[in-house]
Amino acid sequence: MASSHGTPPAFNNKVIAWIDHRLPIFSYIEKEYHTFPTPRNFNYFWNFGAIATVMLVLMIATGVVLATNYTPHTSMAFDSVERIMRDVPSGWLMRYLHMNGASFFFIAVYVHIFRGMYYGSYKAPRELLWILGVIIFLLMMATAFMGYVLPWGQMSFWGATVITNLFSAIPVVGDSIVTWLWGGFAVENPTLNRFYALHYLLPFVIVAVVALHVVALHVHGSNNPLGIDPKGPQDTVPFHPYYTMKDGFGVVVFLIVYAAFVFFSPNMLGDAANYIEANPLVTPTHIVPEWYFLPYYAILRAIPDKLGGVLAMFGAIAVLFVLPWLDTSRVRSCSFRPIYKWFMFVLVIDVVVLGVCGANPPEGWYVPIAQLATVYYFFHFLILLPVLGKIERPRPLPPSIADAVLKKAG
Amino acid sequence: MRKFIVTGAIALAALAAGAFAAYGESVSASESEAKPPHRHWHFEGPFGTYDRAAAQRGYQVYHEVCAACHSLSLLAYRNLMELGLNENQVKDLIKDIQVPDLNDDGAPIERPARLSDRFKKPFPNTAAAAAANNGKAPPDLSVIVKAREEGPDYIHALLTGYVPFDKLTPKQIKEFDVTKDDNFNKYFPGHKIGMPPPLADDKVTYVDGTKATTDQEASDVVEFLAWASEPHMEDRKRTGVRVILFLLAMAGLMYAVKRSVWSDKH
Repeated sequence: MASSHGTPPAFNNKVIAWIDHRLPIFSYIEKEYHTFPTPRNFNYFWNFGAIATVMLVLMIATGVVLATNYTPHTSMAFDSVERIMRDVPSGWLMRYLHMNGASFFFIAVYVHIFRGMYYGSYKAPRELLWILGVIIFLLMMATAFMGYVLPWGQMSFWGATVITNLFSAIPVVGDSIVTWLWGGFAVENPTLNRFYALHYLLPFVIVAVVALHVVALHVHGSNNPLGIDPKGPQDTVPFHPYYTMKDGFGVVVFLIVYAAFVFFSPNMLGDAANYIEANPLVTPTHIVPEWYFLPYYAILRAIPDKLGGVLAMFGAIAVLFVLPWLDTSRVRSCSFRPIYKWFMFVLVIDVVVLGVCGANPPEGWYVPIAQLATVYYFFHFLILLPVLGKIERPRPLPPSIADAVLKKAG
Repeated sequence: MRKFIVTGAIALAALAAGAFAAYGESVSASESEAKPPHRHWHFEGPFGTYDRAAAQRGYQVYHEVCAACHSLSLLAYRNLMELGLNENQVKDLIKDIQVPDLNDDGAPIERPARLSDRFKKPFPNTAAAAAANNGKAPPDLSVIVKAREEGPDYIHALLTGYVPFDKLTPKQIKEFDVTKDDNFNKYFPGHKIGMPPPLADDKVTYVDGTKATTDQEASDVVEFLAWASEPHMEDRKRTGVRVILFLLAMAGLMYAVKRSVWSDKH
C-alpha cells in the first residue's frame, strides 16, 4: 500500500520545502500519517496502538523526571522515593503517574494483543509485525520488573530474589548465571544499580522496536475488523483527519480512567508491602508480582518442578512468536469464525483465572485450578488453533469493506 | 455505538480483573485473624480531607505515647504547619525537644529542635531499638498507613484489639501458645504482638478538651499517621477533580469533532 501514495507533496512554506528537499521528514509525515490509506471500518479496539504509544511517551517523560531525584543505593533508594513523594514539587504526581502508568500501559497492550488475536492481525503478510510486537511485550515485561525493584520495598526485593532465582533452574550453568545477574552472591547494591541502568535503557530500545513495528505496519497497512484487504480507495480513508480524531478521542477516554486511578486510588493496583523497606531477613508471607504478571506467575507455580515451571512460563510467551504458523485458518477475523470466536473468549477467561490463581497462595483449590488453566492455555495454542483452522467452516466473507460498511449503515 | 459499548465493557472487565486480583491478595493476607471492621474516615472518598483537629490530637498521642519507641523519620517538624498550626504554634510544640548534633569541634551535643529538623528518633540506630525491645525494632511509622492492607482500619483495630490474658479462652491459649507475659491482639498476624497495649482511657489529656477514650486516641493517631503517610493527598484529590473535568470536556469536544469529520463516511 505504502508504495501507491502518488507523488510527494509540494510544500508552500519555503523553509519546510528547503528542509524537505534535503531531509524528507515532512514528506514522510504527510505520507505515513496524513494521506496514508487506512481501512474505513476500524472499531474502537484499533485505538489501543495509539493509546499504548501515548503511555510509552508518558512513562519515559515521567521516568526521566523521577530519575533526576532518585538514588539507586540500597540504603537510600526507599527514602529517596519517599522524598520524591513529599519534598519534590509535584513529585507525588510524577511518581503516581509513573507507577500507575505501568499498569495502564499493560492494560493498553493487553487489549491491543487481544485485538490482534481476535481479528487475526498476525496472519500473512503481517507475521513480522506481530513478532516485533511480541518482542516489545517481552521488553516491557523486563522493564516493568526492573522498575518495580527500584523503590526497594519488600516486594521489590523479594520479587527480584524470586525472579532472578528462576535462572538457577537452568542445568549446569544456572547458579553461575544467577551470580552474574546479581553482580554478587545475593540481591544487593550491584543488583539495584544494574537494574536501574537497564530500566533507563530498555524503554529507548522499546521506542526503537516500536519504530520498526510501525514501519512493518505501514508496508501492508492495518488489518481491520473484517480481516479482508482493502480493494480500492472506496475501502479506505486518509489517516488524517479520520483516525487522528478517532484515536485522539479514544486516548482521552482512556486517560480519564487512568487519571481516576492516579488521583483517587493511586495505591490500589500496588501491594501495601512495598511501602515497607526491603529487609533481607524478613520474608513476606506471600510474595506476589504486580497484577500484570500474575497469569505467568500462576503458570510458573502450576508445574511442581522448578525447571518445568520456568520453561512453561517462558513457553507461554514463546508460543506467541509462532502464533502466525499455529493458526491454520485462512480467515483472519473471528467475526467470520463461528467456533473459534467463542474459544477466544474462553482464552480470555482462562487468563483471568490464571491471574486470580497467581494472586493467591498456591494452596487448596488454587493449585488444581491453576494447573487446569495452564493446560488449557497451551491446549488453546498448540492443539485447538491448528486443528480448528482445518475443520471449522467460516462464514462467507463480504466482497469488500465498503460493501459491508454501507450495507450495515443501510 | 454498540461496538463502543462492547469495547467499554471489555476494558472495564480487564480493570475489574485487576482489581479482583488485588482484592485476592488482601484476602489472602489475613487468615486466622479477625478482619478489621470498616470505620468511616474523614479522608475517605474522592473529596475526603484530613480532619485537622483530629490530626493535631493525633500528633499529641504520637508525641506522648508512640514516640517513646516508634520513629517517624521521614517527617520534619516544619511539616506540622500543614496541620493548620502556624509557625509559632509549632515552635511552641517542639520547644522541649532536644536533638543530637555535632558542635563546631565535632563533638556530639544535644541542642533544641528546629523546624527544619526531622522528627527525633527514639533510638540512635536499629540495633539499639531492637535491643531495647526484645530483639525486634519497632517499625518506623512514616508510611505505616500505606504499608498495611486497609491501613487506617487495620491500625485502629490493632490499637484497640488487645485481649487481656484472663479473658482468653483455653482454646486460644493453647492454639496460639500464649503465656501471661504475651500480648494477645485479635488483629495481629499470629496474634502475639511485641507491643504492649499502648493506649488506655485518659492516657493523654487533650489540650482541646476532647474526652480521651481509647477509641478516640486510636482514631486521632490514625488520622495523624494517615496524613504522615500521604501528606499531599488533599492536593492530589483537588488536582484530580480538575484534571478529570478537563478530560471529560476534552473528550466531549473530541467526540463532537470526530462525529463531524466522519459524517460523510457513514
